[in-house]
Amino acid sequence: MSRSDVLVDADWVEAHLDDPGLVLVEVDEDVSAYDKGHIRGAIKIDWKTELQDPVRRDFVDKTGFEQLLSAKGIANDDLVILYGGNNNWFAAYAYWYFKLYGHEKVKLLDGGRKKWELDSRELVTEVPSRPATEYKAKDQDLAIRAFRDEVVDAIGSKNLIDVRSPDEFSGKLLAPAHLPQEQAQRAGHVPTARNIPWSKAANDDGTFKSDEELRRLYTEAGVDLSKPTIAYCRIGERSSHTWFALHELLGLSDVKNYDGSWTEYGSLVGVPIELGEAK
Amino acid sequence: MTTQGCAAPAQTAHLPATVDLSNEAVIQGKVTRDGAPVSSAYARLLDSTGEFTAEVVTGDEGVFRFFAADGDWTVRVLAAGGVSVDTTVTAKTGEVAAVEVAI
Repeated sequence: MSRSDVLVDADWVEAHLDDPGLVLVEVDEDVSAYDKGHIRGAIKIDWKTELQDPVRRDFVDKTGFEQLLSAKGIANDDLVILYGGNNNWFAAYAYWYFKLYGHEKVKLLDGGRKKWELDSRELVTEVPSRPATEYKAKDQDLAIRAFRDEVVDAIGSKNLIDVRSPDEFSGKLLAPAHLPQEQAQRAGHVPTARNIPWSKAANDDGTFKSDEELRRLYTEAGVDLSKPTIAYCRIGERSSHTWFALHELLGLSDVKNYDGSWTEYGSLVGVPIELGEAK
Repeated sequence: MTTQGCAAPAQTAHLPATVDLSNEAVIQGKVTRDGAPVSSAYARLLDSTGEFTAEVVTGDEGVFRFFAADGDWTVRVLAAGGVSVDTTVTAKTGEVAAVEVAI
């Protein structure tokens, strides 16, 4: 797999905006950014209201995903280009999610909305309409999704990568610093996890670092790239970004995203937690 | 809680009513160009080692806000045209550390 199979840059998107069979999708938790302006032709997916089950803590199920993509006018053989705010966190999450349900042709716009804005490229408010499709999803590919018991079993055996900021990892902060800090769960990290913040995989403008830089980053932090790896963060979207770097860009075969992440692990009764620096 | 993600809330000049300032070390600032507020600039919070901690996009009033911890921080503001401006700030629980960034 090469980088161009999974990632496109802003110039490419500008040149291919009108290609048939290409669907540009902005994914955000707060979709007011889309409403104020988006890349021409892009539709939106609301991470919170459309990708999450409204009652249980889980994703929409296979039928729900089929209904969502059908209503959005996305066909099984469309090339889907995802982008979003927050350095593409939610777009990377959606990318992982599209892969989880077996969508073949999906790529990320490198740098997402931020790079596009910093380049002063065109944003429009016109919302496109797409005819509905009859989308068919596959069963979830659990080779890329980790659950809590697997994370506990991975302590001391698999690579555990905690991609939160150093202060969240050590237990000083419970949430990213743009959010209020009142949270129910305990602070800290999974024992034996390495702290490699997602941001180290990205440049200031939100684009991914080169394969060579990424390989050096993880290797120097003590990750054995030949071993299975589980990435986690607070709720699983920053770790989707790291999952993308490891699985899609570096092509490692056994990398899972633990979407339960710290909000689940830090609330479990009886599991081991480590505080402070990585040991 | 279960569907509360990690996206930043709207960046407004007034602290949201739900926030209990006595438990928070707030860093808040305003980005201006020739005195006028700049919306859609990117404010990044870096810790004392220069490590990225958080990022928000300024709102209509040019405002950004972080919930940090006690200590020294750097705010890096990015804007179109290759602008990148660093400002250092010290945060303390129970206080709002104010920052003005002219680009």
